[in-house]
Amino acid sequence: MPATTAPHTSGPRSVGFIMAMVMLALVPGTLLGIAQFGWPALNLFVLTIATALAAEAASLIVAGKPVRVALMDGSAVLTAWLLALSLPPWAPWWIGVVGAMFAIAIGKHLFGGLGQNVFNPAMLARTVLLISFPVEMTAWIAPQPMFSAHAPGFSEGLAITFGQLHLDAVSSASLLGHVKTTLGIDGHAPLPAIIAGSFHPLASFMGTTAGSLGETSALLFIAGGLFLIYLRIISWHIPAAMLATVGLLAWATHLANPLHFSPPLFHLLNGGLMLGAFFIATDPVTSPVSNNGKLVFGAGCGVLVFIIRQWGGYPEGVAFAVLLMNAATPLIDHYIRPRIFGRTLGGEPLPVAGKEGP
Amino acid sequence: MIATILTMAAMGLILGLFLGVSAYYLKVEAEPIVEELTEMLPGSNCGQCGFPGCAQAAAALASHEAPVTLCPPGGKGVVESLSARLGIDPPTGMVDVVPMLAFVNEATCIGCTRCAKVCPTDAIVGAPKQIHAVINRACNGCRLCVDVCPTECLQLVPEAVTLENWRWQRPVLASAA
Amino acid sequence: MSGLSLKLAVQTWLRTRGGVHPPECKDTAAMPIRTIPAPARLYLPLKQHIGAEAKPDVVPLQLVKKGQVLARGQGSVSAHVHAPCSGHIADIVEYPAPHPSGLPMPVLVIENDGRDDADEMPVAKHPHLLAPEDIAARVQAAGIVGLGGATFPAAVKMNLGQAKAVDMLIINGCECEPYLTCDDRLMQERAAGIADGARIMAQALNIVGAPDVIIAIENNKPEAIAAMREATAGWRHVDVVPVPTQYPMGAEKQLVRYLTGREVPAGKLLADVGVLVQNVGTAYAVQQALRTGMPLVSRIVTVAGGAVARPGNYEVPIGMRVSDVLAHCGLVCEPARVVMGGPMMGHALGHPDAPVVKGTSGILALTAGEVRAEAERPCIRCAACVDACPMGLLPVTMASLLKSDKLDEALGIGLSDCISCAACSYACPSNIPLVHYFNYGKGEVVAKREAKRKDEEIKRLIEEHRVRMAAIEREKAEAAAKRQAAMEKQKAEKAAA
Repeated sequence: MPATTAPHTSGPRSVGFIMAMVMLALVPGTLLGIAQFGWPALNLFVLTIATALAAEAASLIVAGKPVRVALMDGSAVLTAWLLALSLPPWAPWWIGVVGAMFAIAIGKHLFGGLGQNVFNPAMLARTVLLISFPVEMTAWIAPQPMFSAHAPGFSEGLAITFGQLHLDAVSSASLLGHVKTTLGIDGHAPLPAIIAGSFHPLASFMGTTAGSLGETSALLFIAGGLFLIYLRIISWHIPAAMLATVGLLAWATHLANPLHFSPPLFHLLNGGLMLGAFFIATDPVTSPVSNNGKLVFGAGCGVLVFIIRQWGGYPEGVAFAVLLMNAATPLIDHYIRPRIFGRTLGGEPLPVAGKEGP
Repeated sequence: MIATILTMAAMGLILGLFLGVSAYYLKVEAEPIVEELTEMLPGSNCGQCGFPGCAQAAAALASHEAPVTLCPPGGKGVVESLSARLGIDPPTGMVDVVPMLAFVNEATCIGCTRCAKVCPTDAIVGAPKQIHAVINRACNGCRLCVDVCPTECLQLVPEAVTLENWRWQRPVLASAA
Repeated sequence: MSGLSLKLAVQTWLRTRGGVHPPECKDTAAMPIRTIPAPARLYLPLKQHIGAEAKPDVVPLQLVKKGQVLARGQGSVSAHVHAPCSGHIADIVEYPAPHPSGLPMPVLVIENDGRDDADEMPVAKHPHLLAPEDIAARVQAAGIVGLGGATFPAAVKMNLGQAKAVDMLIINGCECEPYLTCDDRLMQERAAGIADGARIMAQALNIVGAPDVIIAIENNKPEAIAAMREATAGWRHVDVVPVPTQYPMGAEKQLVRYLTGREVPAGKLLADVGVLVQNVGTAYAVQQALRTGMPLVSRIVTVAGGAVARPGNYEVPIGMRVSDVLAHCGLVCEPARVVMGGPMMGHALGHPDAPVVKGTSGILALTAGEVRAEAERPCIRCAACVDACPMGLLPVTMASLLKSDKLDEALGIGLSDCISCAACSYACPSNIPLVHYFNYGKGEVVAKREAKRKDEEIKRLIEEHRVRMAAIEREKAEAAAKRQAAMEKQKAEKAAA
């Protein structure tokens, strides 16, 4: 009989609990997003998650692993949830389906399953979709709150999702996209004027701007993120570093040249930055394990987000930034380690503080 | 066009010359690897690896004709040092076989002293016509004694586990409780 | 966080790392200590301490009195074994050890005659006037070892502390493991004895002036704190300091850093930073040995766990079988696991008849619901283990390296610094047996060292064998040559004749 090892008790947390809490933190923001964008958004959301579950089950069967336990831990649902939040709300059904299948089968299981992937599966899928289907993936619309006058009803919603109906009248660019394209046109108005005309901080904060479901309410996602930090599901290091870096870079550049650089609040409240900082960059599997490593990771994400937004070809850089820093995570983990008790940072034993015997 | 071709060709010639000269003057002498490998092996020339002696096994290792796992008495330690010297990765998931020690079955020992004479570490004590015994501390399981015993009273048995040499086993992934 | 002021909170944040907060389960703290009478037979292992095994001083059938020396410590780090009852020696045999493997160890079996006869014991009227060497000698004679669980011979520690001129003595009353309340009750009921013992130990370390004495108690034990404060009221150089409640606050390196800010360098002892730590139980045992002459023959053990009918703190004679103790306290159901010690670092007993030894602070009969042994899930790198580790290690990376047999790399990131406190395993949401990997890894390091030593020994023996054989060959050749020469000489003589 093999000897049993200590400890003879176990902490109350499980993987399922952690996933459930993250999903709970996402609920307020998601509900608002769905309320803002109506039935088609809900259809897409449900479809993405359902496909993810099916893909997870199929992958587990092919891999010969036990299916029921793994399905119940909520990791596939969470990946699909985050993916759905980053898609255009009225995207056709196949965007959600292809994205979810890619995220789960290739982004997660091809790497070895839970805990083995190098890249964030949701962001991987989103990037693949963006590059493969640029038109569908940039078809943003202005918010059409559910049950309001011009919003599509349930059956209309189904029609939109399954591709029979296109309402061009409500298409709109996201704020980041709008600013970037306008700056590219010759003879455009000065930047401050463009921003003053289109950026209303409260609207971005509360969530009434065009964009994906995840770009709606910065407020609700911040609240969800703080809830997770309080529960110690995620640590404050990555969100703080990422937001501080973006804010700092935006503030410094805006100060230097207000005609070319948008103000910091504009960067912080627009796009998927809040969702990215609290929910996407903090994905435990793909981020460093040490606290200092997390700070470096968050700062790196922040720098890349700013660079891509400012000088890159795409208006939004969170997905790319996170993927690039995911690639750097093993390097960060290798070089940045906490100081061991009784040793210096270099790993040598501390010098004895001159205590000599008689 | 011609100028490009001539430039590239000249570069190629000069760089190639440079490489050739360096290879000649900066050549790294091959080290006497076989002696080093022989040192790492136990040296009891037991033959369990299939070669007549440890020196021959080392020669085979140096020319990559034998795997690094060829020496049972050496255990995991020898595999690792051989791998390190040869610059290859040791196989993962090696389970160290419990050290095997020779054991004399006192009921059938006839005291012929053949085993004592053949033991390379003098681990067997016993006078003629007296029952022999193995000193565990000196035995490394090379089997030479087992092969010469006329009554087959010698066998290899696993080393007994006591509180002193007990270790935690490798954790095994237990499926659903 | 009851009663922590802001200053204390800041000090905690600056001076502690990691740690977890398992449910305390300390309902037995309210139950007074009860004595269990010695049963019909006691089984005393010859080695209940760190160091060399004690050598029996008695033979089977010999009559012994309570407190008599039965086995003497051997070498510089060892301890004596004394009789907890009067009677006669039944046997000296191999018996299951209180160890997860259940492997046998040599044990003295005493048949109890029930009379509790004891000889006159030498008593010290004024122990704090004795010379330090005298105190240490009496402590050694009483067989006292660290009762916090480490069982290091107390006298050896005191001598070491004297040699290294420690300037601080910490009496450890933290008891950070869940379920265990033996130290708590000891402090509540016998505070005067502990305080006296602490003073005697401080006297034993006295070289250039009494060391400062700190009695450290976790702040979830307000009655114990009050009792110890009362017992040491008016004493100079003695301080009762409440410390934050967390596991593993009682780990000595962490405790020293919290109380004094001194960090023990890797590979060094506490004495090297001028501190000595002793458990409250050890202090009490020292006081008993010097004031009453009674050596260490019993100790307070917390018997708890969901399967126990009458949990509480019991004064148990050393050598009483765990099964006998549990029979005395009653079981409401078959326990899923019987643990000796606390649930975080205790041993799951390989055999229920193992005896209570000097280091047994608790016997836990746990139900399956308390053990919560669940299936292992894949690691999600959530870093809960990194947050929990009090030594600042990376359990997630070390376990992953050990899984791939990369022992040297695991050592490179600090495997040898692990104190096996199991906070990481506790915190892991995927139920990965982290501390099992580290214990396995540390065992592999020892096994490798042993194998290397044996390899070198074998090589040396082979070389000696070769030399001996060559010498024999040479002698044979010389003898043959001599014989040949003698024969030729004879032939020549014959021919000449």
